[in-house]
Amino acid sequence: MTVPSIKILTGADGGRKVLLAGRWTLNMLTPLLDSLRPALAEQANAGEVTWNCLDIEALDSAGAILLWRAWQRRLPGLLLARPEQLRIFEHLEDTDRRPPAHAVPHSPFEAAITIGGGALRFWRSLVDFITLIGQLLLVALHLLRHPRDMPWREISATLFKSGVLAMPVTALVGFLIGIVLSYLSSLQLKQFGADIYIVNILGLGIIRELGPVLVAVLVAGRSGSAMTAQLGVMRVTEEIEALATMGVSHSLRLVFPKVLALGVVMPLLVLWATAIALIGGMVSAQAQLDISYGFFFDTLPKAVPVVNVLIGLSKGLVFGILVALIACHFGLRVRPNTESLSANTTTSVVTSITIVILVDAVFAIVTRQMGMPE
Amino acid sequence: MSANDVVIGISDLSTRFGDTWIHRHVNLDIGRGEMVALVGGSGSGKTTLLRQMIGLLAPTQGSIRLFGEPLYGGGVERERGLRRRFGVLFQQGALFSSFSVYDNIAFPLRELRTLDEELIHDLVMLKLNLVELLPRHALLMPAELSGGMVKRVALARALALEPELLLLDEPTAGLDPDRSDNFVRLIRVLGKELGLTVVLITHDLDTLTALASRVAVLGDQRILAFASLDEVIHIDHPFIRNFFLSERSRRPLNSN
Repeated sequence: MTVPSIKILTGADGGRKVLLAGRWTLNMLTPLLDSLRPALAEQANAGEVTWNCLDIEALDSAGAILLWRAWQRRLPGLLLARPEQLRIFEHLEDTDRRPPAHAVPHSPFEAAITIGGGALRFWRSLVDFITLIGQLLLVALHLLRHPRDMPWREISATLFKSGVLAMPVTALVGFLIGIVLSYLSSLQLKQFGADIYIVNILGLGIIRELGPVLVAVLVAGRSGSAMTAQLGVMRVTEEIEALATMGVSHSLRLVFPKVLALGVVMPLLVLWATAIALIGGMVSAQAQLDISYGFFFDTLPKAVPVVNVLIGLSKGLVFGILVALIACHFGLRVRPNTESLSANTTTSVVTSITIVILVDAVFAIVTRQMGMPE
Repeated sequence: MSANDVVIGISDLSTRFGDTWIHRHVNLDIGRGEMVALVGGSGSGKTTLLRQMIGLLAPTQGSIRLFGEPLYGGGVERERGLRRRFGVLFQQGALFSSFSVYDNIAFPLRELRTLDEELIHDLVMLKLNLVELLPRHALLMPAELSGGMVKRVALARALALEPELLLLDEPTAGLDPDRSDNFVRLIRVLGKELGLTVVLITHDLDTLTALASRVAVLGDQRILAFASLDEVIHIDHPFIRNFFLSERSRRPLNSN
């Protein structure tokens, strides 16, 4: 492999010749670009010279472009070249002749357009979301009249994937949170000698607040993202369109089972995670404050009225439905490219968690009169 | 054919997936400047062989040498250098969907990290011209392209690094006959002009007759034949008879 080289000869008649040799290919040129470019430019600006390309072993388009630019984008007056080399220069000439593409000019109202576009997108997203809920209501009505269309298989698959498989992780997180909460509270309670109130704090805090929110956040990250990605890829690979052509409604077969199953399974997960978290708290309370398990069990129903459990479970139901709805909504909005898929999955999880916490606040206000111990 | 002229050298290659042998003792030497079509029934391991040639799959046994060099080993730099000497056109185009057409073609050039943006711009525009696309197409995203345009952009990207070897997986699948003819003509012209060695997988006899200087037939886990089209169709083998001499396939062969 010979490196590209430039040789300058002065002929007997005083005319100068530039002799190019070697392999003028992308591979060979890249290390030498910085030295070749000025050398070529110098020759090109030096007035009348003859360019001899006949000794070039190989010329690819990168090499040709390098020469082309040195020649200020036109063939020099005196050029010796082989026909196949000339053809590359013809291509370049042709490329230059074509009208350049114009980028869309910047508008002076860029800011207004950005804000307006964002608002419109949000509005459209909201309308789509409401449409989705409407479709689900229609599906529910349809299923009441035609119970045989019930997508049992999909429902049970979602129950298993989002429910059973989520049990270990919710248990682990619940248990650890229970221990931490109990430990931190007991440090404070000890100072006031109010040890037995640990049961109230743990009971109310976990059953009513922490359990449902914790599970909702975990499920939004675990199942919500999976649902968005699944629907998104189905959109990319046109599977949803294929379903539609077979007369199968995607809201019945894909969205409805997810929403229903998550609505069923979330309260159960809340119950499960709450129980484990209470056990974690109980273990920690026994170790820190010497409160026996028997006392804990006896005091819990008195300290925490049973309506709190119902509040926790209904939060689970609402959060489950919301997480599934949001996940499906963003999944169906995916456009056929990878960027859109990742953006929608992120938005889906972030929106789910935000909405869950917002709705939790609403719950707190609505139920403020209920479930406090006398 | 001297050892220097062998672009792809496959020797004693065997492939096994689970309990199934896909290839047994396959030998194939493809020389510089040849246009070789790889044909075979479904599941005969054409795509597998192509993926092995470009180093995406390692064969169970045997070796593949590209340009006389082994595919693996010798450090990251050597492997990268070798990979820059060939371009691949995937069946679905495999354009990066978050990049515009321009950025897709510029991507391998930018990866060299030595070219400045002006040179890259000139190169990209030249490649676009070569595959007969207009400058305004450079601003489009892959999702906005038609099937034929996707193939053209993918071809431009495969040619970006001035490869010596071009591998095409079903170049005309999914194109209508008119576009398919155009695309085949484009590949033939570019192959001649740039002096490329071309390996293509195809089911389409029109593509095959128009492009291939030699045909390698895969079947029964080995290369049944590797010769010019005229010689291959005279070989007596059930697959070859079905593939080349059925009623449907006579037309393109006769018209050639």
